[in-house]
Amino acid sequence: MLHEITFTVNDEPVTLAVKSHHTLLRVLREQLGLTGTKIGCENGECGACTILMDGEPVNGCMVLAVEADGHKIETVENLNKSGELHPLQKAFVEKNAIQCGFCTPGMLMMAKGYLARNPHPTEDEVRQAIVGNLCRCTGYIRIVDAILDAAKEVA
Amino acid sequence: MANDCTTVGKSVPRIDAAEKVTGAVQYVDDLQFGPSLLWGKLLHSPHAHALIKSINASRALALPGVKAVVSGKDTPKPIGLYLKDRTIFPVDRVRFVGEPVAGVVATSEEIAEQALSLIEVKYELLPAVYDPYEAAQPGAPLLHPDLGKYEVVNFIFPEPGTNISEHFKLRKGNVEAAWPQCSAIIEDIYSLPQIQHVPIEPHVAVARWDKDGQVTLWAASQSPFAQRDLIAQSLDIPHGNLRVIAPYVGGGFGGKAGISIEANVVVMARAVKGTPVKVRMTREEEFLNTNVRQSLFGRYKIGVDKEGNLLAMEVAYYFGGGGYNEYGTNIARAAGYSCTGPYDCSNVKGDSHCVYTNTQIGSAMRGFGMPEIHWGLEQIMDRLADQIGMDRVEFRKRNCVRTGDTIVTGMKMPNIDLVKCIDLVARGIGWGKKEAATGLNKCRGKGIAIMWKAPAMPPNPGSSAIIRFNEDATANVFVGGQEIGQGSFTVMAQIAAETLGIPYESIRMTVNPVDTRYSPYEWQTVASRLTWSMGNAVKAAAEDARFKILDTVAKYWKEDIKDLDIKDGVVVSYKSEREQPLKKMVVYGLPNENFEGWQGGPIVGSGKFMPTYVTNLDAETGQGTRAVVHYTVGAQAVDLEVDTETGVIEVLKIVSAYDVGKAINPDLVLTQIEGGAVHGMSSAFEGYIYNDKGLMINHSLVDYKIATSMDAPRKIQGEIVESAVEDGPFGARGVGEHVMVQTAPAMANALADALGIRINRLPLSAEKVYLAMLEKGIVK
Repeated sequence: MLHEITFTVNDEPVTLAVKSHHTLLRVLREQLGLTGTKIGCENGECGACTILMDGEPVNGCMVLAVEADGHKIETVENLNKSGELHPLQKAFVEKNAIQCGFCTPGMLMMAKGYLARNPHPTEDEVRQAIVGNLCRCTGYIRIVDAILDAAKEVA
Repeated sequence: MANDCTTVGKSVPRIDAAEKVTGAVQYVDDLQFGPSLLWGKLLHSPHAHALIKSINASRALALPGVKAVVSGKDTPKPIGLYLKDRTIFPVDRVRFVGEPVAGVVATSEEIAEQALSLIEVKYELLPAVYDPYEAAQPGAPLLHPDLGKYEVVNFIFPEPGTNISEHFKLRKGNVEAAWPQCSAIIEDIYSLPQIQHVPIEPHVAVARWDKDGQVTLWAASQSPFAQRDLIAQSLDIPHGNLRVIAPYVGGGFGGKAGISIEANVVVMARAVKGTPVKVRMTREEEFLNTNVRQSLFGRYKIGVDKEGNLLAMEVAYYFGGGGYNEYGTNIARAAGYSCTGPYDCSNVKGDSHCVYTNTQIGSAMRGFGMPEIHWGLEQIMDRLADQIGMDRVEFRKRNCVRTGDTIVTGMKMPNIDLVKCIDLVARGIGWGKKEAATGLNKCRGKGIAIMWKAPAMPPNPGSSAIIRFNEDATANVFVGGQEIGQGSFTVMAQIAAETLGIPYESIRMTVNPVDTRYSPYEWQTVASRLTWSMGNAVKAAAEDARFKILDTVAKYWKEDIKDLDIKDGVVVSYKSEREQPLKKMVVYGLPNENFEGWQGGPIVGSGKFMPTYVTNLDAETGQGTRAVVHYTVGAQAVDLEVDTETGVIEVLKIVSAYDVGKAINPDLVLTQIEGGAVHGMSSAFEGYIYNDKGLMINHSLVDYKIATSMDAPRKIQGEIVESAVEDGPFGARGVGEHVMVQTAPAMANALADALGIRINRLPLSAEKVYLAMLEKGIVK
């Protein structure tokens, strides 16, 4: 069954017909072509599809598209919309906090949502904040460093 | 040379960083194929070992939206890298729970999924065997009765009539004569279960079989060229008609090496010619169906004299290779010729077996046999040092391999400095200093482990590269190796820039995606071989382009080419002090005096590298002139704490040192060291758990946990040692896999230091640690 939903994606209003059982992750990727958000497990276990819903980080695979009706969604594609890299993106580049890059969009969105709530986190708080975002390459240390560095910039 | 480098040896920024942080990078799943795309799903075997009596797909085919069902009858011809022991879909027998038996193609993933339940497969159950040691015994259920008929490369030795797909024998000196001279001998068994690579990107493949016979495969792949070769052979496609396109890989670790679902998807596409078919593995399928690291049953007997000199080593390895060992045979071989670990020992008897078991296919994973064998070796070295009352670090320094040693296969050890690695990690961890525990009910300890690993591959895997200049003196570098996160494109750009004499910023890596139609040949992105092998090819291509540029300018200036050089994008003459920028001339050439003709033209350089010096080893003794190209060695030290109320281990600090020959990009080496240390730590807590029917039951990221940001140690210190290797670009050799090889045994040694308990079988779960503490009377 199709439902019409109206929501904001990266500051643009969007109206779409979506299937009842489709997740927001699928709709973003398959109907809107926003492939920066990744499919890692579709079970809420890896965090690769982390996006912001009204500023709060959520797993796109755990939200049905119909639930996004009336809400404000932000994906990784929005971070450098101005043409400039976001301080988090810059910090990830500078710290070499990227390897294969597959967890990176989710990490960035989780960090953005978290820093909005806690602009001056400790290292332990950052580690806690990204505990649901799995990375198999980096060992996390540089990701945590990058987020702490970006926090100084953002605050 | 090294001191003059402008780009090599510098920690330049990753060349792929910007596109990865913006979400612009496209992985296979991000490629768009339009509304005509069909979806495929694989039907998995519910049985560990059974004969397929019949497959009836008529009800599935009747479901609206289903376009095709394919199975073993469509894929009679064998496939395999070293041993052709499988077909793309099984013809008459399944050999593990999760093996794909049939593939459905439909208009949506949901319909394909629904159709799976409508396929009727009749099985006749056979007895199954899961443990590699049991499977190697006479009388065990045979998985491959036709083993003797399979095509096999000349350096793998299957034993027909058994489940042994490879038996590597190493015989050096006389162990029997040496035992009586030993003051301490330890005999024990160390083992480990299968683990998974768990890349965050699942396996995805899309294939299209055009009506004119052109076939295209898009795959998340470390091995586009090897896949082309294997699939072309098995499906009788001319190599030139099969195009494999492989964009950036979202984590490989060996799991996307060789072949897994890709051939199945090509067969599915053949059934619906002209339309692309996509298969995306779910996380559950990743665990049940894709390749794993092999299990190992290892029996060790090692002896030393009273001064602490290693006198004899006898090891027998039984790798649980799973249902098909086409790739895994070479893991057992690598473990065979490196069976001693990084030690110098005159008397060695080694037997390394790859054994068919009714479990997931054991294939390449970061370390390729080395983490498995070092798990036992490095614990026994600790125990031997303890028995003769020698410091564990001193013991390793006394016995470890050194440059020029005649190692276990009879080969001379190329340039390395393992002693320096050991010293660096011992200093970094504060060896010999007891640290205070961080709380009540906590016990703290330190452990060390050392390792070696050679690139494990056929003797002659090739690399090639092409460099092409643009008008503005930027250069496009074409290679066929993959960027799987390790930083290979960045390192290739550095090697090219350095050799050409142009800035790093002027290099455009023209690789993504690797495309077998356009990219130069590269065997596979495995074996930590790209920096070394592809690096050599890029260097050769750059030297070729550089020669062509200098030759043009030398003729233009009427000077000797020997007096010319390229510095920062400008040809300079040390003799006449003239200068000629590369801009324009690298495309348009240069005019003769008074424009009477021209010199040069568009500059294209090409280069290749293939090791030509590796020799086969004697089938009965494993002896030969040169078993491998070289070894990378390293040491790791761990500081950890155990919670005696729960048995939970927390790793506080890891110090790692590796001899990389030459760090082309030191910070990228450190990122490998850090990520590898956490991967190694994580692997010590991971393991497949099976029920009694051979079903892996912890097939989710909740039940199969990998390290999170909370688990990773707070401190990881990386140390780089540089003893240039003669056959590497600027002296460099690989390090990508080595960084996780000895973490688990270093942790086990630290656990022993903390509590005096030894765990012989991975994982180091809290439960096992707690039970060991109970047994030892540490807790009640």
